[in-house]
Amino acid sequence: MSVSQNTKHTCYHCGNQCNDEVVALNDKHFCCSGCKTVYQILSENDLCAYYDFNEHAGISPNKNIRADKFAFLDNEEIEKKLIQFKDDKQTHVTFYLPQIHCSSCLYLLENIHKIDSNIVVSKINFNKREIFIVFNHQKINLRKVAEILASIGYEPLISLQDTSQIKKKISRAKMYKIGVAGFCFSNIMMLSFPEYLSGKSFVEPELKTLFSYMSFVLSLPVFFYSATEFYTSAWHGLKNKYLNIDIPVVLAILLIFFRSLYHLFFLNENGYFDSMSGLVFFMLIGRIAQDKTQQYLSFERDYTSFFPIAVNKLFDKKFKPTPIEQLKENDVIQIYANEIIPVDAMLSKGNASIDYSFVSGESAPVSANIGDIIYAGGKQTGEKIELMVLKPMNQSYLTNLWNKNNQAGKETKNKFVDKLSKNFTIIVFAIAGIAFLYWVLAGKISVGLDVITTVFIIACPCTLLLAATFTYGNMLRILSQNKVYVRHYNILEKINEIDTIVYDKTGTLTLSNNVAINYVGEELSDAEKIYIKSTASNSKHVYSKSIVQYFADNDTIEIANFKETIGKGIEAWIDEHYIKIGSPNFFNKTNEHHKNIMYVAIDNKLIGYFITSNAYRVGFSSILKSLEKKYTQVILSGDSIAEKEFLEKTLGKNVQMLFNQKPEDKLQFIQQLQKNNHTVLMIGDGLNDAIALKESDVGIAITENNNNFTPACDIILDATFFEKFQKLFLFSKQGKRIIKLSFTFSFIYNVIGMYFALQGLLSPLIAAILMPSSTITIIAVTFGLTQYSAKKEELLITKK
Amino acid sequence: MLVIIFLFFCSVLVAGIFLFAFIWNVKNGQYDDEFSSANRILYDDKK
Repeated sequence: MSVSQNTKHTCYHCGNQCNDEVVALNDKHFCCSGCKTVYQILSENDLCAYYDFNEHAGISPNKNIRADKFAFLDNEEIEKKLIQFKDDKQTHVTFYLPQIHCSSCLYLLENIHKIDSNIVVSKINFNKREIFIVFNHQKINLRKVAEILASIGYEPLISLQDTSQIKKKISRAKMYKIGVAGFCFSNIMMLSFPEYLSGKSFVEPELKTLFSYMSFVLSLPVFFYSATEFYTSAWHGLKNKYLNIDIPVVLAILLIFFRSLYHLFFLNENGYFDSMSGLVFFMLIGRIAQDKTQQYLSFERDYTSFFPIAVNKLFDKKFKPTPIEQLKENDVIQIYANEIIPVDAMLSKGNASIDYSFVSGESAPVSANIGDIIYAGGKQTGEKIELMVLKPMNQSYLTNLWNKNNQAGKETKNKFVDKLSKNFTIIVFAIAGIAFLYWVLAGKISVGLDVITTVFIIACPCTLLLAATFTYGNMLRILSQNKVYVRHYNILEKINEIDTIVYDKTGTLTLSNNVAINYVGEELSDAEKIYIKSTASNSKHVYSKSIVQYFADNDTIEIANFKETIGKGIEAWIDEHYIKIGSPNFFNKTNEHHKNIMYVAIDNKLIGYFITSNAYRVGFSSILKSLEKKYTQVILSGDSIAEKEFLEKTLGKNVQMLFNQKPEDKLQFIQQLQKNNHTVLMIGDGLNDAIALKESDVGIAITENNNNFTPACDIILDATFFEKFQKLFLFSKQGKRIIKLSFTFSFIYNVIGMYFALQGLLSPLIAAILMPSSTITIIAVTFGLTQYSAKKEELLITKK
Repeated sequence: MLVIIFLFFCSVLVAGIFLFAFIWNVKNGQYDDEFSSANRILYDDKK
């Protein structure tokens, strides 16, 4: 193994650029020893096929993982909560591994028995990114299993939510319903076929009667089982005094079914069972896309999914992992670097440097002194600290904040489709009424009654509803291919009503883990650059890392007497020079409070400073500019006012900006907008935005790397989509247009049908042909048009 | 005449078998994760 310098390689394991160091082994280069170790484990266990499926598939293991990180899994109480099954030999457990992303992951994790033969079964659920493991607990324990996974880069994410909630069972009911409806529908179609082809004479009357009764029998499972989906939804709507999309559907189903019964038993004619089961079948299919999205994503996450399951608590001079719900006042707990503090507590030992970005959105760490109060939700960024618990978890400031606004989920109404179908229903009622009146006046009441029901069957808003369901269903599918996951199709409609967009700054407009840095001051010689870089490379602080990146082209050299003062700065000796880098405070400039300035001194001579700023997402200004004309835009930031000037310069005066916003302020701001009749879309990321996202009409959570660390919201948007953010609006608008267009189609069918129906001339033949053909046309038209508009907006992703 | 009725019941029976197979598949969770199964079959060195 040799460490070479200054040659650009990509890591064989993870594909990252090898920046600081290159570790070579068997002509392969690695960006860090962590990646090399994983490679060694894999090659020792004959698992190198991992690299054949996908190039650079590897995940760089977490370097900062401490040896006893998973010690809490030794705690029996915690173990009991996590495992699913245990007998005298085997234990079954499921872990969530957010790193799973490709077929190589699948290969490696399912062959994990080669690394440790005590793992008997490992099975991946790729969509949920979960691994199901069966292991022999006489040989290894749960902690060891977690450590094996972490050692190859797949560190299990174990959060408080894993214990507090009973695992949501996947509902497969809709799939069964579709299966049953499809079966019945196709068989009824087959039975009705003779009738489509020609009138009454073709089939012998006995056979025809038999076929009719068979259709009836086959329609029963559709009516009593498959369609229950719509009954419950319609009932829910009625109970809440709200006309939802399913009420007309149920009306249509009931009408067709009972009219068909009447035809069958009193007139001895074939009914419209095919239409009814077809309607149910297609409507169910249209809704499956939405179901799929919801199955694997949780839109209703709460703070517990951010919290650890256990912390180290002091018992008679020894720290032992303890479930956090057992923490009481005055307990002493230990928090390691990069761990979240689960309770409100007082600092009793160590240097705290707390990142409150979950809670307040402020990204720069806040340092605290002994005796200071640290709130739940903060993340310790420095060394190990000890804290004294002030309040149990369920009474913390954060929990209160969460619960205060945790009202019942908002109704998702779809005004456009509802209005359309309502108007449509009223028109149909009017036409039917007038026709009935006409026939009554003409003295033919029986014809009148006949006309009424036919009009309803022909002109029921089914095609319209189908159009809406299919258009939105396909749109959801296309969007989820773009990694935009929408909770409910009504949300797409709601986007069209938006007039105000509220952005969170930290983590939304800016990248969450990237700090842009700039040097201001005397020009640096190459030697000085090397000194500064070498000093910074010894520190793990975010700013130091950015300095190292800033001088990417320079080398590093050996340094001596390195010293880091947490929250202040770093110092070191190199070649008889004394290098000092740090905050104004570190240089005793106590009256300066710029958090984002780091002074640099060589041999106690101040030569300049680094100024840091959050790195903004690529193209954010052009996105905001492109939305400027149609929407009022506001930036709410938990951060200090420092970047106002920059933002105003890039975005102009049309974007309103508010700084130092606490979570409650954001919530109030949204409420104020809504009071003034604005429809608000908010896009944010962390827990600090959670309550405001919930309050806004459409809440979008942006996420950097995995599906699950998002607050409750309506849409989960992958950060890679942000560049095309404005397309979400354009695409939703297209959707509305498509529905209007397909409505025109169904209207034409309705006019033709109505022409016959009003005269009392509509034969079962025409009805039977008209209804399925209109259904199929609508489906084809909506599908084709959504695909087309997706292509136009460059949202179409074709699978290779 | 009779043969058509007989054939009809046969066809419903066959379709019924497929429906049963479909429900069985769904119940087994085969539609929960389309990615894994499709890829798993390609790894030849698995025990």
